[in-house]
Amino acid sequence: MAAQRPDIKELKRLCRDIRKDILISLECAKSGHPGGSLSAVEILVALYWYKMACDPGEPCMLDRDRFVLSKGHICPALYAVLAHRGYFPREQLNSLRKMGSCLQGHPHMLKLAGLETSSGSLGQGLSISVGMALAAKADKAAWRVYCLMGDGETDEGQIWEAAMAAHHYKLDNLCGIVDRNRLQIDGDTEDVMTLEPYADKWRAFGWEVLEVDGHDLDALMDAYDKAEAIKGKPTVVLANTVKGKGVSFMENVAGWHGKSPGKEELEKALAELDAQPV
Amino acid sequence: MPEMKPSRDGYGEGLVWLGEHNPNVVVLGADLTSSTRADWFQEKFPERFYSIGIAEQNMLCVAAGLSLSGKIPFVCTYGVFVAGRAWDQVRTTICYANLNVKIGGAHGGISVGPDGATHQALEDIALMRVLPNMTVVVPCDSIETRKATIAIGQQVEGPGYVRFGREPIPIVTEESTPFTVGKAATFRPGNDVSVIACGYLVGEAMNAAEQLEQEGISTRVINLHTVKPIDREAIVKAAQETGAIVAAEEHQVMAGFCGAVAEVVVNECPVPMRFVGIQDRFGESGEPEELLCEFNCTANDIVAGVKQVLEMKGK
Repeated sequence: MAAQRPDIKELKRLCRDIRKDILISLECAKSGHPGGSLSAVEILVALYWYKMACDPGEPCMLDRDRFVLSKGHICPALYAVLAHRGYFPREQLNSLRKMGSCLQGHPHMLKLAGLETSSGSLGQGLSISVGMALAAKADKAAWRVYCLMGDGETDEGQIWEAAMAAHHYKLDNLCGIVDRNRLQIDGDTEDVMTLEPYADKWRAFGWEVLEVDGHDLDALMDAYDKAEAIKGKPTVVLANTVKGKGVSFMENVAGWHGKSPGKEELEKALAELDAQPV
Repeated sequence: MPEMKPSRDGYGEGLVWLGEHNPNVVVLGADLTSSTRADWFQEKFPERFYSIGIAEQNMLCVAAGLSLSGKIPFVCTYGVFVAGRAWDQVRTTICYANLNVKIGGAHGGISVGPDGATHQALEDIALMRVLPNMTVVVPCDSIETRKATIAIGQQVEGPGYVRFGREPIPIVTEESTPFTVGKAATFRPGNDVSVIACGYLVGEAMNAAEQLEQEGISTRVINLHTVKPIDREAIVKAAQETGAIVAAEEHQVMAGFCGAVAEVVVNECPVPMRFVGIQDRFGESGEPEELLCEFNCTANDIVAGVKQVLEMKGK
């Protein structure tokens, strides 16, 4: 866990580059999930460049922090993050979803070092994270577990089973993060299946709740630090985000959940990202 | 009169043995701890037992997380819940990533009794064997269940499912009886027909063979405890040498054990076959003995099956 904050300007440039790589790889794949990938970039960057103890050269380092991508469909974002972090060459990003690729359409841990689990069937990652956190407690190990969920994903009952268990076992080494972009495939989360009062739900399950702007890197890093300091209960960071963040025609549009950009749309998106000040 | 013992006792004993021999073995319970005999492990190793409550899907994935962190987790609940309710979790989190999670499927079969259909697992062998990377073992008695549990815990790499029932059933093996996952055991030699069975029906097959002996029919009885990976050699040998096969399971006759045996027979050495088991029906409440009768899981059903298949063989 780095005590020193990295340079924010650098991180913002990195976020931009990661967004570009996400979109390029999706256009190349001709399918995939841009909306929820773009909304999660700062969440991931604040973890992988600040908070998490990890070593790209030693992905199985015993006392590494674990990151579980429960919302597995946004693997284009995780793959881009891992590539930029040095887990594998960036050139491989364009093999996303191609037959034989280590970059499967939903992450598969047997194909890519750096993945802590396979995922894609929603609602299972928090439970897996509970299991990891229990093991760490049993072994008196200091490593922490971070689990990123989608807000729509928390429609799944299993998430709440895991939330109960995390509280029951006082898993203060577990930090959940919800990408609260307020959209799912069928539309606004509140129209599909009401989540509000959302923070109250997590508190009722015994979690500490930290609500942040999910695109504010400093706020995210503060939240991760705060979560580590909280003892006796797990913490969830509710990151308020914009689905499709960074691309004007994708922002807050449910239809960009699972539709990859075409060549023209990609060009437009890349131009927009390049034009944004960092 | 053979000794009677529930095979779930064998599971409980196996867990304790594993707990004594491997500090990484942990056990999870879904509020059925006593019924599944996981409480024996819990008493001896309380710090290695995790109560998860009535939350099977969570339990399977918590076990996955534990296995990813160096533990060897055993989860156990009734087969209907662990193989049914949590099937996606077993498939997509555990089997897909080939994780070292061990599953006890309790209350298998119609002999579960008065609880009725909701608690009688009649489909779990099919549900589990269709998953890549899964090992499926259906031991024939309590002694074998203990051995199977231990083998799944320390020899099998990756996911494993051991299925057992609720009621006391006859002990048909001995401590010295060899047991190897994936290797069928011929319990009785014979030339006219082979009965290939798993679980409680192995004992019934032995009874059937005795009966058939009186009528001059020489019946080979094979205990095919491992449904997956299946011992193709033993099945092919039986088909080649006896020319007629009856497969028997306390489970639906579609897609489970009988199907697994038939797949080998059809592919490699087609001979007449009959299936003994539940005939595509849900169970119901009753006493175990009367249910086994009503639902065609007895020695008499095996005898009838043998006669049918011998007639087909004769043609």
